[in-house]
Parts: sequence; structure tokens; C-alpha cells
Amino acid sequence: MKQSISKKTVINAENLSLIFETNDGAVHALKDIDLNVEKKDFVSFIGPSGCGKTTFLRVVADLEKPSSGKITINGKTPQTARQDRDFGYVFQAPALLQWRNISKNISLPLEIMGYSKEEQKTRIEKNIELVGLSGFEKKFPWQLSGGMQQRASIARALAFDADLLLMDEPFGALDEIVRDHLNEQLLELWKKTKKTICFVTHSIPEAVYLSTKIVVMSPRPGRITDIIYSDLPFDRPLDIRESAKFLEIAQRVRRGLREGHLEN
Amino acid sequence: MLFTIKNKIMPILAVLSAIGFLWYGFTIYLNSPWQIQIYEQASAEWSYFDLAKDTMAHERPVLPAPHQILSEIWKTTVKKKITSKRSLVFHSWVTLSSTLMGFLMGTIMGITLAIFIVENKAMDKSLMPWIITSQTIPILAIAPMIIVVLNAVGLSGLLPKAMISAYLSFFPIAVGMVKGLRSPDPILIDLMRTYSASRFKLFFSLRLPSSVSFLFTSMKIAIAISLVGAIVGELPTGAVAGLGARLLTGSYYGQTIQIWSALISAATLAALLVISVNIISQMTFKLMGMQKS
Repeated sequence: MKQSISKKTVINAENLSLIFETNDGAVHALKDIDLNVEKKDFVSFIGPSGCGKTTFLRVVADLEKPSSGKITINGKTPQTARQDRDFGYVFQAPALLQWRNISKNISLPLEIMGYSKEEQKTRIEKNIELVGLSGFEKKFPWQLSGGMQQRASIARALAFDADLLLMDEPFGALDEIVRDHLNEQLLELWKKTKKTICFVTHSIPEAVYLSTKIVVMSPRPGRITDIIYSDLPFDRPLDIRESAKFLEIAQRVRRGLREGHLEN
Repeated sequence: MLFTIKNKIMPILAVLSAIGFLWYGFTIYLNSPWQIQIYEQASAEWSYFDLAKDTMAHERPVLPAPHQILSEIWKTTVKKKITSKRSLVFHSWVTLSSTLMGFLMGTIMGITLAIFIVENKAMDKSLMPWIITSQTIPILAIAPMIIVVLNAVGLSGLLPKAMISAYLSFFPIAVGMVKGLRSPDPILIDLMRTYSASRFKLFFSLRLPSSVSFLFTSMKIAIAISLVGAIVGELPTGAVAGLGARLLTGSYYGQTIQIWSALISAATLAALLVISVNIISQMTFKLMGMQKS
């Protein structure tokens, strides 16, 4: 599955493997991952627990070191990319600082990266509006619902305008209705901001609804079993999920997941 | 308003009256052998009512009755000039000043140690055993040594006592702060890492604010044992001044009422100190916008 690197390539992984040494022996979290993510792709990583989808995202973000193989982000090592602040990361939990209100939380990366006070202010305003939290600037995290907190954390990841957004099951803890709503908003946001997004999820409909490319993974060892390019139209109302095309792609994802499962 | 009376004041009153009831019971019980002896020597007629009344009027009772202690406290606070050597306010102030100074020193020392321990691996391995060992030495044994040694190098008065307080109070602060500085969720540390935050930023933006609630919990313990340290520090100084001195002179002359009034004053002082720390902590949390815990 060698893939050519072009100017548009954001993430390029070749033969990437990661082995965790644990007390019960070595765990093969990632094995021979070959993957390209192109500019403005919306790539979903889907698979059962332990398939390495989160680990892969963490390797991209330089939160884990690969054991072997090669990975570049914008042609750089993950460490350099991290130091250049090339990506924003959205975690499973909102991970907001309890003692900062929403606008202060969004300004956290801006403070750390040394933006001027004025610049901070305009960026906070812009991103709060982008995620639809206007009017909640002065609220503290505990005063907001889970969905709103996660939106704030997305605004925070967008605040420093990295072109790559890494999202690790950001809506996993939310209920179905809130999740649908946020999925719709995320698509809007992606269209507006033209970011490249890597999105880890458990949910087949979520993956198919959001993505231009779906990476199906399977555990023990964590590997890619299928890569599906979605040709759903760019404009996706929620009810596209009942269309034949959508169901066909979902079918293929499900098949990929099942095959990965049977091999074990 | 009625709600708070019912919920906050009533339980306190209930406990207080139970203690008072038991206390009076013990006063009569413990002082009666001596009183009966007095009756027998005078071969006087006595009833149980007389006995109960007279056991509460001893000058040096085994256990003074609460109202005797209260009237002694009243006499030695409100009715004495603050500058008088017999004023409890004077003695309380002496103890309080070294408590506060020692608490301040202990807090600064504890926080500094905690920062070293959290930020430096070698310190983590080497300092912690010593810190724990320091608290296994009985303070009563080491307090006179500290006073004597410091006196030999020309330090006397407030500072040696404050150092004993600091010696006791730095420990809970150090332990609590180490825990607090290490309390941030791993996800938050990862988050800061994705921003390539410097250690300095990581410390001031994440570790320090996360430790605040731990710090205040430790401070509540530390300020109370600071007071104990100050009182212990006053014992070997020849009972010059302070609540410790009152306890010591009281026990020299068998002045149990004086001892108990000094004890009650110390307890009240401790309660007031802990309450003040609590108020400051609540104000801080409010300022930080954190949810009340």
C-alpha cells in the first residue's frame, strides 16, 4: 500500500510500528502502518478498542514515540511539527481548566505561544463565534453542558490556526442528539476553515457522515485493514444518512471491521 | 435564616450541651472524694445537694466546672489590662504571633520543598525520606534542643518558637503540595505538551493552580499544629510568656483552673485560625471561579 508523497501530503506514515512494553509482555499497538493524509482531507479512524487508532493520533502529535518506521507531518518529524505548533489536538474529554472561564480557556494556547493581548482578543471572539458559544465567554466550564464544553475545547484547538486538527473521539461521551448536532457543526466548520482533520471514532455512521476517507483498523496487532474513499457530496444534511450511497459505504466499513475481527 | 439556625446552630448546641452535661457530672464525681474528706474533718452534716454545689467551688479542683473556667477566662481577658502579665489576651497574643510566624515559615518551606521534589527527579528520591524522618522525632524531645542551641547562637524570643512551629507545619504543606502539583489529569499534561509549553508555563498555568485546593487542606492542618508547636516551644523557655507558659505555671502551683482556661483559650485560638484559613480558601476559590467542593 505504498503511497506517493505530494505537495499536498500532510501526514505520511511508512511501515510505522509501535510496541508497548508492559508487565505482561510486548503489546503490538501499531504494526506496519502505511498511510497518507492529504490537505483538506477529513480522515476518520474507526475500529474496536485496542486497534491503535488513538495511538496513531498520539504518534502524530508526538505524545508517543514509534518503535520503528517513518512518519512525517508537513515533511517534518512529529517533534518539530509539535514545536512549530502545526496541529491542534482535541481530546476525548473537554480537558478545560476549571479555574479559567471559557474565553480564558481558549486563550491558554495563545498565552503560551506568546500572542499579543489584542490578537488574543480577536481570536477568542472569532473562535467562540465559530463554535456557537457567543454569550458564554465569562462562564466557567462547570456551568456548561458536556456538549458545550467540548465545543469550547474545539474552539481552543482552532484558536492558534493550525492547519491540522487531530480529534480523539471528541463526541464519544455525548448523547446521540447532541452528537448529531455537533457532527453537523463540525462539517460546517471544516468547510469554512478548510482544515485537515483526523478524527478517531467508534461510530460507523459518524465516520461515514463526516469523512472523505475512512481508515478501518483492527486490533492485536493494531493495523489498517481497509481504506475507504467516500464520494458522498460535499453538502451533507443529516438525512443523507438514509441515502443508498451512505448505506453502501457504511456496509463496507462494517465488513472491514468484521473481517478484522474474524482474523483474530 | 431559620433554616441556618436549624441546620447549623442546633447541632453545635446539642453537642455543646451534651459535653457540658458530662463535664458537670465528672466535676462532681472527681471532686467529691476530697470534698467528703473536708466534710468529715469538720464533722459537718451534708446532703448530696451540698456536695454537688461545693465540688464546683474548689480553688484547686481535680476537674474545674465549666463555669469556673469561663469566669476565670472572663477575669483574665475582659477584666485585665491587655498589657498585664496575667492577661490571657497578652499570653494568647504571644503564642499567636509565634504561631503565625512559624506557619508562614513552614508554608514557604513546604511549598519550596514540594516544588523541588516535583521538578527534580534527584530531589524526589533524596528529599522525601528525610522529610518523613524529620517527623518521626518527637517534638517534645527536640523542642528544648532547638531552644537551647539557638539561644547559644544568640537567638531567643519569637524566632526559636516560630522555628518549632515551622518544623511541624512544613510537613503537611510539603506532602499536600507534592500531591497537588502532581494532581493535573494526564490529559491536561498532554494538552500542554501539544502546545510545546515550557516547563515554566506548565508549572504556572497548570500545576500551580491545580494544587490550590490541596494547599488549603494542608494549611488547615498546618496552622493547627503550628499552634501546638508554639505552645511546646514555650514550655522549656522557663515559662516567660504565652499559653504554654500559663500551662506550665499552672501545673507548678496546681492551678487547675488556670491550666484549663489556658487550654480552652488554645483550643479557641486553634478553631479561629482554622476558620480563618477556611474563609481565605473559600474566597480564593470564588476568585478563581471554581465550583465549591
